[in-house]
Order: sequence, then C-alpha cells, then structure tokens
Amino acid sequence: MRNGGRLWPVHLVLAIGAAAMVMPFFWQVLTSLKTFTEATRTPPVWIPSFEWGNFAKVLDETPFLQQLGNTVVMTTGRTLAQLLFCSLAAYAFARLRFPGRDVIFVALLSVLMVPGQLFLIPQYQIVQSLGWLNTLPGLIAPGMFSAFGTFMMRQFFMTLPAEVEEAARLDGANPLRIFWSVMLPLARPGLLALGVLTVLWSWNDLMWPLIVNTDPESMPLSAGLSALQGEHMTDYPVLMAGSLMASAPIIVLFIIMQKQLIQGIAFTGSK
Amino acid sequence: MSTAGRAVAVKAAARPATRRRLRDRDWVWGYAMIAPLVLGLGVFYLWPVVQSVYYSFTEWTLFGDATWVGLRNYEQLFTDPANGRALRNTFVYGGLSLLGIPLSIAVAALLGTRGLRLVSLYRTLYFLPVVTMPAAVAMIWTWLYNGDYGLVNYLLSLVGIHGTSWIAEPSTALYALVAVGIWTQIGYNAVIFMAGLQSIPSHLYEAASIDGAGRARQFFRITLPLLSPSIFFVSVLSVINGLQMFDLVYLMLRRGNPAREETQTVVSLFFSRAFEEGAKGYAAAMAVVLMLITLVLTVIQFRVQKRWVHYA
Repeated sequence: MRNGGRLWPVHLVLAIGAAAMVMPFFWQVLTSLKTFTEATRTPPVWIPSFEWGNFAKVLDETPFLQQLGNTVVMTTGRTLAQLLFCSLAAYAFARLRFPGRDVIFVALLSVLMVPGQLFLIPQYQIVQSLGWLNTLPGLIAPGMFSAFGTFMMRQFFMTLPAEVEEAARLDGANPLRIFWSVMLPLARPGLLALGVLTVLWSWNDLMWPLIVNTDPESMPLSAGLSALQGEHMTDYPVLMAGSLMASAPIIVLFIIMQKQLIQGIAFTGSK
Repeated sequence: MSTAGRAVAVKAAARPATRRRLRDRDWVWGYAMIAPLVLGLGVFYLWPVVQSVYYSFTEWTLFGDATWVGLRNYEQLFTDPANGRALRNTFVYGGLSLLGIPLSIAVAALLGTRGLRLVSLYRTLYFLPVVTMPAAVAMIWTWLYNGDYGLVNYLLSLVGIHGTSWIAEPSTALYALVAVGIWTQIGYNAVIFMAGLQSIPSHLYEAASIDGAGRARQFFRITLPLLSPSIFFVSVLSVINGLQMFDLVYLMLRRGNPAREETQTVVSLFFSRAFEEGAKGYAAAMAVVLMLITLVLTVIQFRVQKRWVHYA
C-alpha cells in the first residue's frame, strides 16, 4: 500500500464519478423494493419494506418468461449464425484467392456506411411476405448477417501465421476443412469477442422487434418493457422491477465476460 | 533414407505443383464459403438500399401498392416544419454528445494511473450503463427525472433549486436526453481511450520528466496529441450515434408527453412515419436524406481531421 497515500486524490475523483454512474441503478433497485406509497414519498424513503410483490406482479401481468425465452432464442440464433457466416466468409476473404474477392469485400463493407433506416422498410416487407411477422424467425433473420462481424473476423484471421495452414494444405485438406479444424480453434479469442458484442447488441435491440413483433407473446424483453411502460405508466416500483429483471442477465454476463467485451470494443477503436 | 524422410522429400518435390493446383481450385471454395453471407447481406441489406431509394419516389396506398410520384416526397420533406425541428434536435443531440469525450478521457487517464488499485472494479462500474438495455435505462431515467417524486429534483431541492418535470417540458427534454446519452457512453468511450493511452510509449513521458515537464504539460504535449486518433474515432462515432438517436426518444417521450412533438429526432420521426402512419414512401425519402447528411458529415470530419489528428 505504498502508493495508497499518494493516490488518494485519484481514488476520490474516480469514486465520485463511479457513484454518479451507479446511483441510477441503486435507485432502480431501491424503488423496485418499495410499495407505491413509499416510492412517492418526499423526502425519499431510504429503507424500503422489501415489497417482493412488484416482481411477482411483472411475472403475473406480463408474459415475462415467454419474452425472456424469445430474447434468449433471438440472441442465440443471431449470434451463432453471425459467428458461423461471418467467420466462414472472413476466412475466404483473408486467405483464399478468387476473382472479384476484394471488390465483393468492399461492396459488403459499404453496408457499414449506410444508416439502418434504409434497410428497415424492405426488411419488414421481406419478413411480412414470408409470413414471419410475430414469429421468432422474423425476429432473428436480418440480424444473422453482419458486415462488421465479417470485417472483424477477417482482420483477426490476417494476424494468424500462415505456416499452420500450409502444413494442413500439404496434407491434402481442403479449405473448408482447414477452416473448420485448424483456423476456427485458433480464432477462439476473435470469435469470443465478436460473440459477446453480438449478444449485447441483440439482447438490447429495440427498433426491429418493435417493427415486426407487435404481439406481446412474441416480443423480446426490450419491446416487452416498452409495452409494460405503456400499461403501468406511473407504477414505478413495478416498472423498476421489470427493468431490473430484463437487464440483469446481460449485466451478469458482462461481469463474467468482461475481458472479451473490452477486447471487442478496443478492436473497434483501433480500426 | 527412412520412410518418413522419403515422404518429406516427396512432398517437397511435389510442393509447387500441389500448391498451384490447390490455388486454382481455391476460387470454388472461396465462392462457396462467402455464399451464405453474400446472400444474406445482399437480400437483407444491399438490395434494400436500392429498394428504399426507389420507394422514396413513390407513394403507398393502404393496400401496399406503390405509385411513382417523382420528387413529391422530397418536396414535402422540405416544407414540413416537423422535419426541420427533428433535424435541429438531431444535430443538437449529436453535437452535445461530444461533451462526453473530455469526461471519458479523464476517466481513462485516471484509470491508467500507474500503481492504481481497484481498476477493474471502477471499470465495471463505469461500464454498467453501456451494457444495460436501453429500454431499462429509459425507464430508470424517466423515474429519476419525474417532476414530483424524482430523485433528481429531490437532490436539487437539497441545494435550494426547484426542479421541473425534465422530460415533459419542451425546453428541457432534449437536454435531459443528452445527459442520459452521455451517461451511457462514458464507459464505452473510456475503454477506447484506455486502449489508445496504452499504446503511447512510456519513454516519451520519461524523457519529458527528465526535461522537467510537469504532469499537466505532459498531458497536453504528449498524451492529447498521441491520443488524437482515438479522439477522432470516438467523435465520428458519437456524431453517428447522435444522428441515430431513437431508443431514448421513443421510450422517454411517450404519446401524451407535451414535449414529444418538440423533441423528435430524425430517426424517431422516421419510425412513426414508416411504421405507425404507414407513409413508407415519404419515410424512405427521409432515410435517403439522412444517409446523405451522414455521408457529408463524415467527409467533413475526415477533412478536418488532417488539421488536428496526429498518426504516430
């Protein structure tokens, strides 16, 4: 603790900042445990009467568990599909030679320059014409493909040494086999970073679910919270309980996978 | 020569030919491996851009038939005052969200202090708003901003300020949302700045201290210039995110909120035109204009960067 004494001003500033970052969550948790009367009292009640009924109310009055399931399926489907399709294509873009490779790659990356609103109306029409409104496939489909993920994985494959693959090639393995059994295991850190970013994005995604799944039973949690807010406008303890339940899983995941998430974000910053 | 040795020799001799044959066949594999992605991005992203541009010249009936109307949507776009207001709000939002950058740099610099303990705890706490669902963030802040029972007004009352209903008041709602946006971005930006700071070679600081430069001088003469690529990246990102502002507006300014009309952004207006009112042709024109604005702003930012960004 030799530094402890010298560094206290740094700790002081960081702690004040951290308090400001955490205070809204503290208030959320505190309110979720209050009765309505306690929540609307001034000055505020600091020790709540632990009204667990708020959480039960969310479970009883909304299809919360159904929506949780929808979110989990949507997030899993999008993430696994992105990991597979993006890394498969990324490997080809990074290591194989074929006519038009670079032109195609740049054309795909141009998607990143376009605001999402230009995709939404036609995407909605596709999902509608397939009869996928208010279904899980409709929720998942467009999010299965990502130009960003392809770019990220391509950069990652380019950093891997070529010798390993050359050896496999001489043994007569085809590119798909090399990709699957040699490169993918090596690309684990990249896949994890992309996976965590995709899970985070998908879990929290709001606009697409609002557009395609308007039936409460088929909504994911993000749109479900919006509906909950529409119904319980002023019942803040219930709203806080619902928002806490909906965001807690991803916060826990973040605390576990912090390193991968930070790596993924640092990657986006370096390009 | 052992069997193994012979095998190696044979392989070595066969190597150029084998390699060429494999390379020639590469293109089949290449196309096969990119096919799923190209198909998906093509159907869901690239072709829709073309379609949207076409739609922007059409009008839709209730039954979903599109008729060509030429530039009429664009003419309406420029005459409807709601668009001007939304554009102004969007720029204010994008511009003010840059205010979070100095805060993020400060956090990153403090977290980078040599010998500091508890770094990962601080990082987790600063990062919580980044990972929290925007729908949950919107609810929490709607409650904090509540005019009668909100914590914000209670804290203000302790210092003798009588607060208003922050997000129901047309004059404050936009700024209240900006504050929430900055709160959610600080941790994300700080992570990018921390990575930028780590790439600054420490011998520069050592040399500077030998020359007698103090902490502040080192920060302004070494840290800031060498961090400028990260600062540039984060500002481009902040402006683009600002232009895309939707979740908080949609969730915090519900129907019936008196500040709703005044505080719409381009994307929230697009959403209600396209998917609540069914004016898809008109909404497509909005999206096309938003794309052009984004493009122009990005080009400007890249032009201006030459004046202040130093790539080491």
